[in-house]
Amino acid sequence: MSEPATQPPKEEAAKPPVSIDLRKEFEAVEIEAVLAQLDQELIGLVPVKTRIREIASLLLVERIRQKMALATTFPTLHMSFTGNPGTGKTTVALRMAGILHKLGFVRRGHVISVTRDDLVGQYIGHTAPKTKEILKKAMGGVLFIDEAYYLYRPENERDYGQESIEILLQVMESQREDLVVILAGYADRMEKFFQSNPGFRSRIGHHIDFPDYSDAELLKIAELMLQEQNYKFSPGARAAFENYITIRKSQPLFSNARSIRNALDRMRLRQANRLVADLDRVLTADDIMSLEASDVLASRVFSKA
Amino acid sequence: MRVTQGCFSFLPDLTDEQITAQVQYCLDKGWAVNIEFTDDPHPRNTYWEMWGLPMFDLRDAAGIMKELAECRRVYGDRYIRMSGFDSAHGWESVRISFIVNRPKDEPGFRLQRQEVGGRSIRYTTVSYAVDRPEGERYGDGA
Repeated sequence: MSEPATQPPKEEAAKPPVSIDLRKEFEAVEIEAVLAQLDQELIGLVPVKTRIREIASLLLVERIRQKMALATTFPTLHMSFTGNPGTGKTTVALRMAGILHKLGFVRRGHVISVTRDDLVGQYIGHTAPKTKEILKKAMGGVLFIDEAYYLYRPENERDYGQESIEILLQVMESQREDLVVILAGYADRMEKFFQSNPGFRSRIGHHIDFPDYSDAELLKIAELMLQEQNYKFSPGARAAFENYITIRKSQPLFSNARSIRNALDRMRLRQANRLVADLDRVLTADDIMSLEASDVLASRVFSKA
Repeated sequence: MRVTQGCFSFLPDLTDEQITAQVQYCLDKGWAVNIEFTDDPHPRNTYWEMWGLPMFDLRDAAGIMKELAECRRVYGDRYIRMSGFDSAHGWESVRISFIVNRPKDEPGFRLQRQEVGGRSIRYTTVSYAVDRPEGERYGDGA
């Protein structure tokens, strides 16, 4: 309070700043760290990452606009993630919550992940309280609705899903600053869902499509997963696994990274079995860590092909 | 006469912003927040009616404030209070309770004296409001 009394400091503070140091703003929200982590930990998904980067930039600018008192409305942040199973929709949704939280667009940054069962009730009057309960839990964070198209069942006109949809739409509109809704599901069925519920499409600001992974990307994912669990491929196993990916992809019910994770779990099982089978040897850390070609080649995938 | 019970009741009524901050404090502590209402202001009336279920597992006050708005819409002419229930072992009890809504007009209490054996007197307090039937105690019973 050493300022001379003639200067009214209050009025100065109330005025929005005319210029803003973009770099300082950028660094203040630490968004780069989150995006870098995204780049590092998620393999492939280039269009998704580009889109997230764009959204992050938009939100950063929006934040600055708010500071300069230029923003008039709260941006629509509801999103729809479409893509095949195991392409990382849930993982990205979790990251998205972190990004939105860092930028100050959601207050808590937690994710409530639900499916139809959690929202739709079993008898008349059960749906509304159930949906509202979930919405309350998601307030201040992100509500992630997996396989959202199951909410709407056109073949049954007395289905309670419609009631849930109406409550969701209302909250998505009226409490935009309290929660962000992310819908996820397979592309074609989501498209049908949006066609029959045009209200949803117009309330969603960002539609993001998740591409399938290439063989090389799947191998990288496998190695990353193993590394996290302190395992590794022996050179032979690596070559066998490359082969495994090619064959597995052509077989039905392939769900990208999820299939890879399951395959790795089974390989660990076989490796453990192989190690236990020979009790009279001395194991090194390397033995316990490495998966051999035989662990990979014992898979049913090879016998079918 | 202004009813004073629970926290903050000697302060001016809390604004919604202040209520939100208090609720958020409860949630950050991991307490379940409940909304309760009554039209019997007697201090010994411990168990008020609950508005919905206790709200466990919430992270943000916005959902609770929405419930409060809903409760006020229906029972705006009654007392509404919020309580924070701590389920932690050893506590398992209400940790905070404060009034968030009160009737426009609070008529207060009368003191009743009952003469009993010898020259003793028993005292009791009765709210003027409870002279009228439940549901019509405040306002015009609308």
